[in-house]
Amino acid sequence: METILGLDLPTLWFLVIGGLITGYGVLDGFDLGAGALHLFFNKEESRRIALNAIGPVWDGNEVWLVIAGGALFAGFPLVYGTILSIFYVPFMLFLVALIFRAISIEFRSKEPMAWWRKMWDVSYTASSTLITFLLGLVLGNLIHGLPINEKHEFTGDLLTFFNPYALLIAITTLSLFMLHGAIYLVMKTENRLYAKLTVLVNNCSKFFILCFILSSMVTLIYIPHMTDEFKKNPWLFALPLLAVLTVLNIKRNIDARKYFTAFVFSSCITAVLLILFAIGLYPNIVISTTNPAYSISIYEAASSPKSLKIMLLMAAIGTPLVISYTIFVFWTFRGKVKLNEMSY
Amino acid sequence: MPSVEILSRIQFAFTIAFHYIYPPLSIGLGVCLVIMEGMYLRTGIRMYEDITRFWIKIFALIFGIGVATGIVMEFEFGTNWATYSRYVGDIFGSALAAEGIFAFALESGFLGILIFGWNRVSKGVHFFSTIMVALGSMFSAVWIVIANSWQQTPTGYVIEGEGLMARAVITDFWEMVFNPSSMDRLSHVIIGAFLAGSFLVMSVGAYYIVRNRFLEPAKAMFKVGLSVAVIAALAQLFTGHRSAHYVSEYQPAKLAAMEGHWDSSAVAPMYLFGWVDNEAGKTTGLGLPGGLSFLTHGSFSAPMTGLDAFPKTERPTAVNFVFQSYHIMIAIGMILIAMTLLAVYYLWRKRLFNKKWLMTLFIWAVLLPQIANQAGWYAAEVGRQPWVVYGLLRTSDALSKDVKANQVVFSLVLFTLVYTLLFILFIYLLNKKIQHGPAMTHNEEEESDEFSKRNIKQLQHPEH
Repeated sequence: METILGLDLPTLWFLVIGGLITGYGVLDGFDLGAGALHLFFNKEESRRIALNAIGPVWDGNEVWLVIAGGALFAGFPLVYGTILSIFYVPFMLFLVALIFRAISIEFRSKEPMAWWRKMWDVSYTASSTLITFLLGLVLGNLIHGLPINEKHEFTGDLLTFFNPYALLIAITTLSLFMLHGAIYLVMKTENRLYAKLTVLVNNCSKFFILCFILSSMVTLIYIPHMTDEFKKNPWLFALPLLAVLTVLNIKRNIDARKYFTAFVFSSCITAVLLILFAIGLYPNIVISTTNPAYSISIYEAASSPKSLKIMLLMAAIGTPLVISYTIFVFWTFRGKVKLNEMSY
Repeated sequence: MPSVEILSRIQFAFTIAFHYIYPPLSIGLGVCLVIMEGMYLRTGIRMYEDITRFWIKIFALIFGIGVATGIVMEFEFGTNWATYSRYVGDIFGSALAAEGIFAFALESGFLGILIFGWNRVSKGVHFFSTIMVALGSMFSAVWIVIANSWQQTPTGYVIEGEGLMARAVITDFWEMVFNPSSMDRLSHVIIGAFLAGSFLVMSVGAYYIVRNRFLEPAKAMFKVGLSVAVIAALAQLFTGHRSAHYVSEYQPAKLAAMEGHWDSSAVAPMYLFGWVDNEAGKTTGLGLPGGLSFLTHGSFSAPMTGLDAFPKTERPTAVNFVFQSYHIMIAIGMILIAMTLLAVYYLWRKRLFNKKWLMTLFIWAVLLPQIANQAGWYAAEVGRQPWVVYGLLRTSDALSKDVKANQVVFSLVLFTLVYTLLFILFIYLLNKKIQHGPAMTHNEEEESDEFSKRNIKQLQHPEH
């Protein structure tokens, strides 16, 4: 099999998709988290500031979802079709929630009536929370594995997805994004809202650390296939250690009120957790709980080598472009939020 | 209960048709915005800045709904058409991924600067952002139409595997990109989008003129819209002809359905309008005898391949639907040419803005390119049936095996409700922005004053 830098093409593409999903988690993670926290702010001005903190960037952040989706479609079409059709109902709710989040942000400011704004505030928080929860639920089920037969057909039903483990991962994801969003908001605000957020960020970090410990323990005890790879290569245990250190650093920086550094670490923890997840899965993407032999591996699901090579080239050209204008936009809107006539 | 196939097709048709209201508007408005802001930078006249700001706000509304409904489309391939996704992923997936990384990212990234960046970047950088957004929206169309064209005229691939595990594998990327129909269809789609956007601009301008409001900016935006529309309407004649030509060459069954031509031994007329009797296999209507034969073969007496040349399982069954959609599109195309040429004539005679009847017509004409764009796609997509990838994969084989009818009913009901709400909100907010008008800087100051007053009140009575 053809290799680049010692890695075969499906593995490389697995890494590319992992990178894109991480990018999505880091970027959309903070505005989903900010959305989930939105109702904690009571004043109209605070809500406007919180909304305008993500205003110019949330659209660009969502692009990473579109790209990650396209990359999965292109790189592993079998997995794309299988996962999306198995999680049909959760994904439909996810799509509808994405619509509601978008229109809540866009439409809220268009009318001054209190009931109108309140309605979109509730819809904004509900949809952001639901999006995050469903992402976590899908992730939890993928870690846990799914009842899949030899034809890669799903033999469970809707209730299969709501197993305790997947629910725990869903809540952990929510706690992570809420923490990430709170840190972002605290960076973008000042005065009274800033003071309020410093308290909120502390509570979020406690909530996340609790979830983090709980889900780590449960994974270690109940999900053996996730830890197999680590037992085979003990040096990989450096990664969970890194995760713990990262979490401690988030806490330490929050306590020291170094919010930018805390934000960097809360971005890192998203990446580290996804890397742990990827190592646990590799070389499979969808794990069958019916029989490990029915799992879908990246080699079975991958597109042709030619197609993967073309797309690696595209990614090599496109990713620096996307990153450069992402940085440009963030740089343009750096600093604390100031409301003006163009604001939401 | 209807089958999963029918339900999934209804859902896909509904969600894509709804989505397709918005991207053409974004593409067309993008061009108009570049012209408006360009005029502002060139002349320094504040009025051009006002109309640019006004249309950017409307652009943002349209773009927002376009994105929200567009993400649905991307994931629907996987949720409802898993077999299709696996079959075409090697090819279609790469076009979709290219759309995301090269086009959509460009558009979304710079949109923030377009809307919120007025005071944060220089005029030049802002104008650059406008151009990037306009280009991004066009690049999106490029990749999506290439992917769809590959489904119409697949090239640059080879089929690997057999039966249920068969899939199309790419052999030549550029051959896939420049498949026989992609460039003709792309130009046709982009120009259709220019028409949709420019007619919206003209509609709003005409509305102000008829109501005697914002006259100066209204005339300016009407002229910008008209300059795009008149060129686009005429160019569409050419790209439309090119598109019909590729259909006649590569999808004869579709062409026969579009023109309601049944008998392969007969000369084919070109109908102006008509009605197809699907059962009897007959078309009645008014048309130019031998017209289609002339356009395709250059002779009024040449026989044309008709629907009888294909077994029923190899050709579209909804012939009348394809026929009517196609003819509505063409009729509207002709009307648009007539309207824009007339407007240009009156503009030249300096009487355009006094013609109240024509202005009133232009207010409502915003619907025409929308209908034509929709109808054109109906003809193209229903005319391709029973294939989802022409000649390779049947629509009925392309479904997700894991999805049950009740699940699709659930999502279909969900989308119907959400999209109805979305459309009502869209019309409401669009109308509000239009009523508010382009002279924004002044009015908005008052609005923000109200806000600060309220905020001061809130500061005096803190909630906790």
